[in-house]
Amino acid sequence: MARFLIRRILQGLLVLLLMTFTVYIIFFLGPGPQFVARVLAGKSATPAQINAIATQLYLNKPWYVAYGHFVSQLAHGNLGYDYYNSVPVTTSIKQAFPITISLVVGASILWLLMGLATGIVSAVRTRSLTDRFFTTQALFFYSMPTFVLGLLFILFLYQVLTTHGAAVFPAPGAWTSFTHNPLAWAHDLILPWFTLALVSAATYTRLTRGSMLDVFGEDYIRTARSKGMSERRVILRHNLRASLTPVVTQFGLDVGTLIGGAIITEQVFSLPGLGWTAIHAISSQDLPLIMGIVIVASTGVIVANLLVDIFYAVLDPRVRLH
Amino acid sequence: MSYDVTAVGESALRVEPAEVKAIAARQEIEGKSPWVLALRRLRRDRAAMISLVVIVFIAACAIGAPIFAMITGHGNMQQFSTIGRTPDGQPIGPNGTFWLGTDDLGRDLLVRIAYGARVSLFVGVVATAVTVVGGTVIGLAAGYFGGIIDSILARFMDWLLAVPFLLFAIALFSVAVQKPIFGFIGPGLPIVIIVLGFFGWASVGRLVRGQVLSIKEKEYIEAARALGAGPWRIMFVDILPNLLAPLIVYSTLLIPATIVGEATLSFLGVGVQPPTADWGQMISTASGMFLYGPWWYLVFPSVALLIATLAFNIFGDGVRDAFDPRGDLYV
Repeated sequence: MARFLIRRILQGLLVLLLMTFTVYIIFFLGPGPQFVARVLAGKSATPAQINAIATQLYLNKPWYVAYGHFVSQLAHGNLGYDYYNSVPVTTSIKQAFPITISLVVGASILWLLMGLATGIVSAVRTRSLTDRFFTTQALFFYSMPTFVLGLLFILFLYQVLTTHGAAVFPAPGAWTSFTHNPLAWAHDLILPWFTLALVSAATYTRLTRGSMLDVFGEDYIRTARSKGMSERRVILRHNLRASLTPVVTQFGLDVGTLIGGAIITEQVFSLPGLGWTAIHAISSQDLPLIMGIVIVASTGVIVANLLVDIFYAVLDPRVRLH
Repeated sequence: MSYDVTAVGESALRVEPAEVKAIAARQEIEGKSPWVLALRRLRRDRAAMISLVVIVFIAACAIGAPIFAMITGHGNMQQFSTIGRTPDGQPIGPNGTFWLGTDDLGRDLLVRIAYGARVSLFVGVVATAVTVVGGTVIGLAAGYFGGIIDSILARFMDWLLAVPFLLFAIALFSVAVQKPIFGFIGPGLPIVIIVLGFFGWASVGRLVRGQVLSIKEKEYIEAARALGAGPWRIMFVDILPNLLAPLIVYSTLLIPATIVGEATLSFLGVGVQPPTADWGQMISTASGMFLYGPWWYLVFPSVALLIATLAFNIFGDGVRDAFDPRGDLYV
């Protein structure tokens, strides 16, 4: 297990390095050497500031020296300086993080519950009316672009209801921190949660259903049934447990990706999380901030991948050997 | 009864015995390739056929977009600042002149939605083609050569599959909008196709690699090698034909995903740029103003996008069921 862990963590670090190099290519090599400092400095920088930045980031040294400096800064937890807002990038990210996390935690619990429940029922009652309904709605939401669903929610559940005197849901942009008032926090996030959850749950419905139908064909399910085991036990203990593997993988990856910002949902509901911050940094040409968010987000994904793999290795000893 | 279902060698396309009997009972016994059988199954799938009609209709709208302009007499870029807007400059709702209403600049929404179909379909098809061709070539190479090449490519694909590609799109755009990357990748369609293609091929690559790993151990590959066939010939002449069925299914399902991807990039402002008519970008502009009244500006492009993705997804599901009735090729 220790060997597996070490090898897997080293692999993760390698991917992380690959990722920093990609970021470096985009931001440092992409604009061409003489423009890097100009591009990173932001809209309102003076020539003197641009020169200072060039020196600070080793931009007048060969590219591998500058890249080495960049990576060593990252390794020390320094994500760079946000010249536009005159704060370290980490400060801006720390502000946005709780919002993204709140969004992802609530939505992921919702979509996992919805996806599993509909998937299990669909698999157990294949070809019934319920199955047809669940698979059709899954296909519908699977085809639904997240921003379309979010905006239609705002139009019908906020706008139409509110103008008809039933202000059930808060206006987009509403945000209360959890520590301040948990109830208001949940109330403000209901529509964003359901937007993200309904779109994601569709994948889980299809995944759970397909996976469970496969497992129902296995011999050990027939054995369990022929031993007279209750159908409920067969479904939950024998089938669901084996079927959860692809679901867990997908869940780990999805949550990992969303940690870097549920960009679309945040943008639709004007929630200033990481994704929203990145989008709005474009118009202020605040590139260091975008770079920082990309790095944090990619790290989130890599860590999520690592956790999923470790989780497997704990569940299934065969994984450790490969 | 002689019924050669293994006519295309080891192709994973198989036919259910019951179905074979049903077909044989109905007509003269004759050899039918799995392709003919798959197409027959597809034709019998009513939902898939209806969605195919919808897809053809959308394609017709895209190709015939100028016809919409001709009938209404409104160009897709033409701004009707007096008749197309209220006195205080707001879009006007659907009426006899503007059937689906106008946008914030007084342009005809119907005409712009028709033109928007062009971008969606173009990107949907081109980016999917880039993705599938790239993924197939790299997947073939990784699976066939194995060893260190495979390890490197497989790691790279794992990484690409996990990349938060929307954020990378934002990153690319934020640089390109100031200075074209490497001097030629500017904002707009190039970024859209690069982002969707570059971050998309890995899923195809992984699928192909997996199939190649099992196919290359078969006897007929060994036979080809014994006859002196080189690696390229084996990859493209002996292995590739066996991958066509999964690739067709995968491409069909990739098109709607690509269309949503393009619309999303444009919605976030990092995709297709104004004044080009594009669904995602129309929805984006509408999202800033529909709360003040012009719901049609939000609803009609959204419905167009939703119909397109639904039609492609339902058709894709039908293609999968037709080519892989037992569901043993993919999830």
